[in-house]
Order: sequence, then C-alpha cells, then structure tokens
Amino acid sequence: MSDVVAIRPALPGNVSDAGQGAFNRALAPSRVNGRTLVMALYLLFLMLPIYWLINMSLKTNTEISTTMTLWPRDITFEHYRKIFTDASWYGGYINSLTYVVINTVLSISLALPAAYAFSRYRFLGDKHLFFWLLSNRMAPPAVFALPFFNLYSAIGLFDTPWAVALAHCLFNVPLAVWILEGFMSGVPREIDETAAIDGYSFPRFFIRIFMPLIASGIGVAAFFCFMFSWVELLLARTLTSVNAKPIAATMTRTVSAAGMDWGLLAAAGVLTIVPGALVIWFVRNYIAKGFALGRV
Amino acid sequence: MIKIVNNKAWFLVLPVFAVVAFSVVLPLMTVVNYSVQDSFGNNQFFWNGVGWFQDLLDPSKELGGRFFDSLWRNLLFSGIILAIEIPLGIAIALAMPREGWSVALSLVLMALPLLIPWNVVGTIWQVFARSDIGLLGWAVNNLGIDYNYTGHTLDAWITLVVMDVWHWTSLVALLCYAGLKSIPDAYYQAARIDGASRWAVFRTIQLPKMRRVLLIAVLLRFMDSFMIYTEPFVLTGGGPGNATTFLSIDLVKLALGQFDLGKAAAMSLVYNLIILAVCWVFYTVMTSADAKAERVEA
Repeated sequence: MSDVVAIRPALPGNVSDAGQGAFNRALAPSRVNGRTLVMALYLLFLMLPIYWLINMSLKTNTEISTTMTLWPRDITFEHYRKIFTDASWYGGYINSLTYVVINTVLSISLALPAAYAFSRYRFLGDKHLFFWLLSNRMAPPAVFALPFFNLYSAIGLFDTPWAVALAHCLFNVPLAVWILEGFMSGVPREIDETAAIDGYSFPRFFIRIFMPLIASGIGVAAFFCFMFSWVELLLARTLTSVNAKPIAATMTRTVSAAGMDWGLLAAAGVLTIVPGALVIWFVRNYIAKGFALGRV
Repeated sequence: MIKIVNNKAWFLVLPVFAVVAFSVVLPLMTVVNYSVQDSFGNNQFFWNGVGWFQDLLDPSKELGGRFFDSLWRNLLFSGIILAIEIPLGIAIALAMPREGWSVALSLVLMALPLLIPWNVVGTIWQVFARSDIGLLGWAVNNLGIDYNYTGHTLDAWITLVVMDVWHWTSLVALLCYAGLKSIPDAYYQAARIDGASRWAVFRTIQLPKMRRVLLIAVLLRFMDSFMIYTEPFVLTGGGPGNATTFLSIDLVKLALGQFDLGKAAAMSLVYNLIILAVCWVFYTVMTSADAKAERVEA
C-alpha cells in the first residue's frame, strides 16, 4: 500500500509557483505601478458594495432613512440580534443549510463512481452521456420550476428540504461529475493497476487508495455543490412554502412588503455571505477550476 | 489517457443516470405534454397540436411578440456583458500580482462576489444604487445626474450591467489567470531574447495560451447570462415596464404568475432548445480544440 501512495501524483489545478519569476521579469518595472493601480481600483470596485451592505446592517433604521453617513454613527447590532432570536429568520438559515447539505452529500456520492467511469473507461454512449450532463448544468431553472412544482407535489415532497435537494441535483450532479472527472484524470491509471496486483478489491481500492488521492478534488466538488445550491433562489422558492422556506425566499418576501426594514435585510444579506467567505481561503487556488467544471 | 473499452462501467454511471433522468426527463415530458394542450382550468385539457408553437414563433401574435422581445433583450444583455467582462477580465488577469501574500489576498477578495447568493447580489445593488439610501445612487444624483434605476429604462440597464460586471468579471479574470500561470518560463525568456514588445508577448504568447480558458469563460458567461433570473428579479423586477424582462423572468411570469401552462410549456421547450444548441456548438469547438492540442503535443 505504501508503494501505491508513494507515487502520489501532482494534482492538476494545484498550481505551482513556477513560471512566475519570468513573468515578472517580462514586464518592465514602470508597468508594475500601473498594474497595481488597476488591481487596487478593481478590488475597490468589488468591495465597495459589500462594505455598503455591512455598513447598512450596523445602522439604525432612522439613520438609514434620514441621513447619508459613510460609516455607522450609532453602531447597533439590533438587526443581527433580531435574526438570531426570531424563528422565522434563523429558521430560514437552518432550512437552507438542510437542503444544501443533503444535496451536497447526494451529489458527491452519486458522482464519485460515475466520474471514475468517465475518467477510466470507454463505454457505449459515454461521450453523449457526458455532453448530456453538461447540457443539464446549463439548463435554465426557469424551465423546470413549473414541472418540478407538479412533480414534487405529486409525490408528496413539496415544502420539504428533500424536494429542493433533489431539484438542485439537476445542475449539481453534472457539476460534480465534471469536476471530479477533471481531478481523476490527473491520477495515472498505473495506480489502479498496482492496487489490483496488490490484491485490492475495487471498493477497497476506491475508498482506501483512490479517494485519498483525489481528496482535494472531492473537497472542491463539494464546495461548488454547496455553493451553487446555496445561491439558487428560483427553484428553492418555488418548491417550498412555509416549513422548508429558505433564507433567500424569506429575504425576497420582505422586499415585497411595504415599509422596508433595510437594516434587517442588509444584516440577513451579510449572514448569507458568511459560509462562502469562511471556506474561500481553502479553495482559493481551485476557484477557476471549479467554475470551469474541472476543465482548466 | 488511454481508456479501456468496458461496457460494465455503465453500472458506475447508472445512479447518476437514474437521478438525472428523474430530474430532467420526467419534468421535460410534462412540459412536452402541456405544450400541445390547452386548458380552461379545472384540469380539463384539450388537444391544441402545434398551435402554441405557431403563436410563439410568430412575432405578430401576442405570445410571439412577447417572446421575441424578451429574447432580443436577453441577447442584447448577454452581448453587452460579454463585451465588457471578457476584455476587462483579461486586463485584470494581466494586472494580478504574481507572487507573495498579495496573490492569496487578491484571489480571496476577487472570489468573494462569486460566492454571494444571487438574490443577495440583487439586494446589495439595491441598497447600493438607490438614490435615497445607496452610496452610488446618492453620489451620482449629487453630481447633478438624474439617476433612478426603478424609473428610467437606461438607468435600469446600466445598473444591471454594472451589477453583472461586478458579480462575474472575477470569474473571467480567474480563468485567464489560470491560463497565464500555465505558460512556461522559457517562453518569456525567448521573447526577451528576441526583444519582443509587451504587445507582441501578449498577442503571440499570452493570448494563444488563454484561448481555451477564454472559450470556457465565454460559454459560462453566455449561458449564465442567458438564464439570468434572480438578480434582475430582485433589483428591478423586470421593470420599469418590461424593460428588463429577460427570458427567464418572462417564463416564470407566464408559468407561475399567470399559470398559462400551454404557452409557458411551448416557450420552455424553445428556450431549452436554444440553450442545447449553443451548448453543443461550444462543446464541439472545445473538444475539437483539445484534440488538436493533443495531436500537437504528441
């Protein structure tokens, strides 16, 4: 076993630092300041709206509606306190997390064997099937909203986390298959063969040797399943009404109500950014790969 | 990698096939079923043949006019954001730091908008662009420009485009950055020896190496902007009037708002076919480009 693990390959996407030195040298020193300026302006453009949201969430509603202040004069955590104590608000987060976690576990466990098949074997219709999966990742949720509503009402799953979790499989299972296939193709098949010679059965090989080798790939795929399920609104809102209402729906329904509580809405928005912001550090080198379905 | 022919691999794919078939084929069959029928409520359905499709594809009919309006609007939107995000993304990728702590910082900050729930993206720009409470709206109005994205069509469009640029340019930039990092040192050294200009380095080394990631970026950005729903729904609700009613918004209005099953189903199918066709073109271009690259390497 140790022999097998010893030839751990360099995973694709695990970008190395080689080649950066020459890149810097290829640019004249006078350009560096221009580049830094472009980057700084771009990051400012990205951060300003987010800062404004955080700023709003810490202001009192009187301050929001009566004055224009660049930072909260009278800092308050009242909006956050309300979200964490009012069941209709924090319940939304729990509902969202429930279906997102179910969906992620489901997508990854279904996708693992399929991605292995696509990366190692040729079989009848493999290319068509692979494309068909891609086309589902690209399918507009708006097309599926109504039939999903009918389908999940008919089988009695409407307004449960399972309905949303299954519905999000529409795009998350193809996504997981494509990302995992990308990572698995970077593992040389000699490892499979060595393990077979060493007497490993397929399931034991897959769980004990292969999965640790693509651990980062599984992490990235899980992150992206989590993320795409977390950010989706249309299907989640269509397939729930009261019991499984996600936080996104809670927020949009507040928007339509008269007399808006901007501070509360901003605080709820800030809290939805937190899960992504927490794990972003660990996946920073894989973001392009994940969005590009493992094709970079 | 050389793959072994083994049809037993189908057993490994079967679970995915079953779930996706359940999630896609079954609902699409319902849609096909609705699209050829008319209903007057009470679950009474009548055969309508291709009637809805004829209405849908005839711009002089009410349904067709509405469909083509949102289709052109959506294509215009996709065109504009591609024209901005692709060049801007390349520029940002070239401007990104290459070493040190600032690489990680830039990566994390740039990725942040990509991970924000889409409705919150709408909310962020709502509170940012409103003239009464938003920094942007307030500043622009104080400069003496009458800016109001809920009232003026042009302002609504500009806000949506800026929002999308804010949301997704980082994706293009990160993809291009990944492409740039794969260029070996030797290429730049050779260019330096030849005394190549900055522009020549870009045209002959960097751009060709980014072709593949740019193709993916265009595909992803086109697809996602072609089915955009949540952000404009939260920000403008499709208004003012119908000025920002894109295909998905129109379809949801038709299907879940008016519950016009036959019309909505016909529109769904045509919409889905357009997506499928575009997707297929990109997939073919990408796989043939990959095959060519493999031949060159071999």
